[in-house]
Amino acid sequence: MTVTSIAGVDVDLNEEGFLTDSSQWTEDMAVEIARGEGIDPLTDRHWEVIRFMRAEYEAKGTGPTVRMLGKTSGVPVKELYQLFPKGPAKLAAKIAGIPKPRGCI
Amino acid sequence: MEGPDRKKGEFDSVNYTPRGTNFLPRDEESHQAEERGDGRGVGVRVRKAWCDMHRIVILGGGTGGTLAANRLRKAFGTDEAGITVVDRDDAHVYQPGLLFVPFGLTHPEDITRPRGRQLRGGIDYRTTGVDRVEPDQQTVVLADGSTLDYDVLVVATGAVLAPEETEGLTGPGWMERVFTFYTPEGAAALEQALATFDHGRLVVNVVDLPIKCPVAPLEFCFLADWFLRERGVRDRVDLTYVTPLDGAFTKPVASDRLGGMLAERDIELVTEFNTGEVDGAGGRLISFDDREVPFDLAVVVPAHNGAPCIVRSDGLGDEFGFVPTDEHTLQSTSHPEVFVLGDAASLPVSKAGSVTHFEGEVLVENVHRFLRGEPLDASYDGHVNCFIETGFHKAMLIDFNYDMEPLPGHYPGDVGLPLLKESHLNHLGKLLFQWVYWHSLLPGRDLPGIHSTMPTRGKRQASAV
Repeated sequence: MTVTSIAGVDVDLNEEGFLTDSSQWTEDMAVEIARGEGIDPLTDRHWEVIRFMRAEYEAKGTGPTVRMLGKTSGVPVKELYQLFPKGPAKLAAKIAGIPKPRGCI
Repeated sequence: MEGPDRKKGEFDSVNYTPRGTNFLPRDEESHQAEERGDGRGVGVRVRKAWCDMHRIVILGGGTGGTLAANRLRKAFGTDEAGITVVDRDDAHVYQPGLLFVPFGLTHPEDITRPRGRQLRGGIDYRTTGVDRVEPDQQTVVLADGSTLDYDVLVVATGAVLAPEETEGLTGPGWMERVFTFYTPEGAAALEQALATFDHGRLVVNVVDLPIKCPVAPLEFCFLADWFLRERGVRDRVDLTYVTPLDGAFTKPVASDRLGGMLAERDIELVTEFNTGEVDGAGGRLISFDDREVPFDLAVVVPAHNGAPCIVRSDGLGDEFGFVPTDEHTLQSTSHPEVFVLGDAASLPVSKAGSVTHFEGEVLVENVHRFLRGEPLDASYDGHVNCFIETGFHKAMLIDFNYDMEPLPGHYPGDVGLPLLKESHLNHLGKLLFQWVYWHSLLPGRDLPGIHSTMPTRGKRQASAV
């Protein structure tokens, strides 16, 4: 675990760069994390997914998988890959300040 | 075993109180029977008799339903509880055996037995479809419209394959050059195709997780490598494993070890590939981010869902039909009189027979405690134990739980089967397990030395393998 400054605030990150305490997250951090991942700017559609991720995490204790996002977020899977290239669930979770989805066992 | 004339929801004023008669005020019950005034005196007497018994309904006669039914039958006298198991057919498949069918090492008929025959005496077995559960009414509606009321429901409905959810997967080429070995029919058809496959690109693809037995697709790769070498055609076949994960497996130490074993066998590993489309006619897997993997023969593990009857049951399952379940007590998180085991549960644990077996002990204890109104036992620790067949008459064993990843060492103690290491002994263990499954695990006997909680004795913490 390392302490890093994101958007002017010191936060704890795990070895994969995910926030270890989702309550430390702010919207400004999302913008900065996204920029570091090559996503700039964050559009309304990005925010829709980010907010959905956080709500799901708060309700269920784990972030949704891509398939779950495609089924429940209102954003089709194909578009999720355009918004968050490579791994939408993983990348959106990182930007949303929640742990990596543990759906994959 | 429909509860004769019982008015649904009549007595369950307190959520965590079971509705068995032990909790019912007798005079109120008689009074209500009189009030009904329907002249069904016999029904009233029967009802009293029934009411002294707990009604346990188990959905599913596979691994979980069978071992739970048999253990519950031992735990409750026949005058204490009536146990009913419902399944839509009478074919119990030893699912770990499906892996061996495509290589001609076993046949579907050799791994299939009647479901009813695996159940102890004193268990009511019904071969019928289930339309839905009405969890608020504590009722199961069967396919013919009749109903089964319960005091405790055990959901052991497993997982179903959803190949139709992937574009093109069941289109042209399905069961011709695109197969799955996760069904007896698919595994048998693949055997025919593999028997004559002597050159080209063989691709093994997992569409999405969770799947049953997440190591099975890797085992398929190892066995395909062995099978093709035995036939002397391995050098003419490109073998590729295509996974949505970022490595060969989820857990770091095991993922490294298994990734190394793929490389040793010259099996290409393609990671973070989320299959969006299978083009059977053109011989291509296409990912959602437009990458392509060409194939001549594809072995695909489709996405999985919970059973359709759970999808149709309002308030019981999640968006995929898996039942949200407490990780440690195996009680449904929405309905306290519902307990869940095996693949049907939405738990952060592998969908595997060993998991179901370990869960069974905790589940039976908790059904017992629940019906007595006692606090539940929160001791299921996410224990998983898997043999991984690696070809050439060897296998590897992994053992882990919610908190501890698979580690090297020995199982179940300092002396035992080697962990995270290929050995002939593990292969024999895997073969022997089929006998253990039918004769010991399903009847609900305790396996000597094997406990539901994960052992740590015999394991080495070092991450180097």
